[in-house]
Amino acid sequence: MNLINFTDKGLCCPQGDFYIDPWKPVDKAIITHAHSDHAYAGHKYYLCHHHTKPLLQLRLGDNNYESVEWGETITMNGVKVSLHPAGHIIGSSQIRVEYKGEVWVISGDYKTEDDGLSGKFEPIKCNTFITESTFGLPIYKWKPQQEIFENIINWISRNKENGKTSVLLAYSLGKAQRVLQHIKDTTQDIYVHGAIWNAHEALLNVGWNLPVVKRITPDTPKEALKGTVVIAPPSADSSPWMKKFHPYSVGVCSGWMQVRGNARRRNVDAGFALSDHADWEGLLQSIKATQAERVFVTHGFQSAFSRYLNEEGIAIAAEVKTEYGSEDEEAPKQEVDETKDEL
Amino acid sequence: MNEQELHNEESIALQSGGLAMFAALVIQISSSTKTNDKLDALAEYFTLADDKDKVWVIAIFSGRRPKRIVSSTLLAEWCTALANIPSWLFLESYSTVGDLGETIALLLPDPVIKDGRGESLSYYLKKFIEIEKQDELVRKQFIIDSWQQMNHAERFVFNKLITGSFRIGVSQKIIVNALTKVVSLSSSVIAHRISGNWDPSTISFNNMLGDEVVDVDHSKPYPFYLAYALEDEPSSLGDPSEWQAEWKWDGIRGQMIKRNNELFVWSRGEELMTEKFPEYIILKDLLPDGIVLDGEIIPAENGKPLPFAALQTRIGRKNITKKQLTEAPISFFVYDLLEYNYEDWRERSLEERRNKMEEILQKINNNSIQLPPVIKFTQWDDLAELRKTSREMNSEGIMLKRKNSIYQVGRKRGDWWKWKIDALTIDCVMIYAQKGAGRRSNLYTAYTFAVKDGDQLIPFTRAYSGLTDKEFAQVDNFVKRNSLEKFGPVRTVKPELVFEIAFEGIAASNRHKSGVALRFPRMSRWRKDKKVDEINTLDDLKAMLNMYGK
Ligand SMILES: [Zn+2]
Ligand SMILES: [Zn+2]
Repeated sequence: MNLINFTDKGLCCPQGDFYIDPWKPVDKAIITHAHSDHAYAGHKYYLCHHHTKPLLQLRLGDNNYESVEWGETITMNGVKVSLHPAGHIIGSSQIRVEYKGEVWVISGDYKTEDDGLSGKFEPIKCNTFITESTFGLPIYKWKPQQEIFENIINWISRNKENGKTSVLLAYSLGKAQRVLQHIKDTTQDIYVHGAIWNAHEALLNVGWNLPVVKRITPDTPKEALKGTVVIAPPSADSSPWMKKFHPYSVGVCSGWMQVRGNARRRNVDAGFALSDHADWEGLLQSIKATQAERVFVTHGFQSAFSRYLNEEGIAIAAEVKTEYGSEDEEAPKQEVDETKDEL
Repeated sequence: MNEQELHNEESIALQSGGLAMFAALVIQISSSTKTNDKLDALAEYFTLADDKDKVWVIAIFSGRRPKRIVSSTLLAEWCTALANIPSWLFLESYSTVGDLGETIALLLPDPVIKDGRGESLSYYLKKFIEIEKQDELVRKQFIIDSWQQMNHAERFVFNKLITGSFRIGVSQKIIVNALTKVVSLSSSVIAHRISGNWDPSTISFNNMLGDEVVDVDHSKPYPFYLAYALEDEPSSLGDPSEWQAEWKWDGIRGQMIKRNNELFVWSRGEELMTEKFPEYIILKDLLPDGIVLDGEIIPAENGKPLPFAALQTRIGRKNITKKQLTEAPISFFVYDLLEYNYEDWRERSLEERRNKMEEILQKINNNSIQLPPVIKFTQWDDLAELRKTSREMNSEGIMLKRKNSIYQVGRKRGDWWKWKIDALTIDCVMIYAQKGAGRRSNLYTAYTFAVKDGDQLIPFTRAYSGLTDKEFAQVDNFVKRNSLEKFGPVRTVKPELVFEIAFEGIAASNRHKSGVALRFPRMSRWRKDKKVDEINTLDDLKAMLNMYGK
């Protein structure tokens, strides 16, 4: 029996009697991050990073949560467990699992570029690495974030000159906070959708220092919005909620915007290929840095990516089917007020 | 110019001119959804660009694409080598991106020279013509050198140009309107000047659009007048005696021109098709000089039209065999008279034009051209009865034209209407789903449908329109819950939902597993009342093919 098994409830460590990001209710769950395809409701016990806890509380309500710092080791029935920064969103962590000298690392979702909020991804040496592959094709090659933010800022100022409101579509957990840091000075007021407001409040409450934003309510006067920036989740796109912003221009922040057809199909005015996932090179370099002999590839382009790893002799790789990838940038799924979009 | 603008990528591209400016234009146009934005972008380009580049832009956007100078296969091969990836990974990437030029632009390593050499659009297009016939090695060197000095956007348009696959959604109307902002000619004159036969590598912007025209192009067609579909009852059009009814034929809309004793046949897509239809050669002698006719290029035997499928055996063939000539003889069904005796007749009434057509056509007794009779009727109800026989006539329905109407430019409401017949339908099951376009891009709205063949399901068509937003949302939900497999953007779905597909025509096709190809398929009804075992069979489809497709 492996240290980690792939079961129909999720990744399971039988020796330690816990699951990682399970999608069915279990007794003990270790959660990599607060996106809904990784953090499900109904578990009896949740272990996560300190920063993830308030986000889980926001999304799942009160539960039996325990949170730890990165690098702190917890022993569960002889299995040593520790969390390490994954750089994906606030609190996102890789899970390192060690038993009798054998080490597995489960990446969760990760990105290699430091966004200033999520902590810097650090590759952890291991025997077996379970990696995501959301953008596991060589066409995904991100521009440095500074360049993308410059483009976003220029787009906003052009909209301002044309008397238009800039509506930026960004996932409410992760992307929205990341973008906000960089555009906070572009207009007097930054307005946000309720979903983003909720995440914002939850983070402020636990002491995060985030820029000031205003929540859009039915009472927000139309005139106050003119020429400002509105950050909204992708689900708000083309909804009646947007009517208030007329005239406006829509910009989408998502790795999928790398491919022009996706921006065109979505009918957006501007696409910014800003992702919270590693690009092709990022994935490859991270995997090499773990020095893992074995790699399991989950959600994304798992078959192409694992084939490449095998053919190039980077690792012995296999693809694994999980239920991940229906949240954040990865794929579509309705959740409360937020639709995620694959394209 | 303020500092902010200087930082703006697109502004920089615009200032630098050259291919970068063209690339910026293409990106602006293809990413904007509003006609006005496209128009503004084009007008700005015409204001700033070099005259030589402008001519090329008019040419490219009006479908006068340069010939491809390299095959897609070679281009993919060179890119794969430069990107240092296995070829299966190139294909995997291509199937995700869906566009070869863009895939290559995304995969190529960063440029060697960062800010490019800023060559103009016309430089590249001249160069293409120059090297078109040269050795593969010469072309390869030129392409790789060019890639290494281009940014992503430039590479993208460059790839589209060299593979001859440049297609962009700019209507002639937008081009014309943008040009009215930079030249002092009326839009109808511009429309006429930029249509027809001209060579962007020899004509100058001034020759084409200056106040005086230097040389007259005898082949130049007029812009077509197009009808909207009639959605209301025809009685909404008022007094039937004010209307002329004709059968609507299903061929290729075309214009036949005879000037200076030369004959030219244009398709509506502004393709010169004279050579493709040897049947028309004789008309050079039979037609009076200085005449332009609007009509339908259509296969017909003894004055009776054959199904559209017959025409397909003739399209795209360079050499036409005797067999094709006898099996699908082409005729020209005249709709209208635009020029007579070198005089523009478009402002005259349809009645007057029709009388003249009858007079002209009476003198020509030849199978390769005919003036289909108008449909006689006094009551709208009578016409509705006649319309039911359309399919037997191999017609798509009826055209209604106001007798006093002039011949307008483009698609206009009011005077001309097409009143099409009800479509053919078939019940089938959805088996694949893909996300839609536009505002439906976050929903699975493009589906592939199958009919039964024994216990197998045979895919036979795709459709992505016809449901209400609410129905699309429901189907989308079903797709997400019942996906069996995922191939890139395509999901295999549990075969459960039954739909009625409506379509306009059916033809044999060996490119499709089912052996048939449908014309204009769309979902006409979601058959929630039907189960998968009640759908139509492949045999039903074949029976329809026999009845309507032969
Ligand atoms: Zn995530
Ligand atoms: Zn994920």
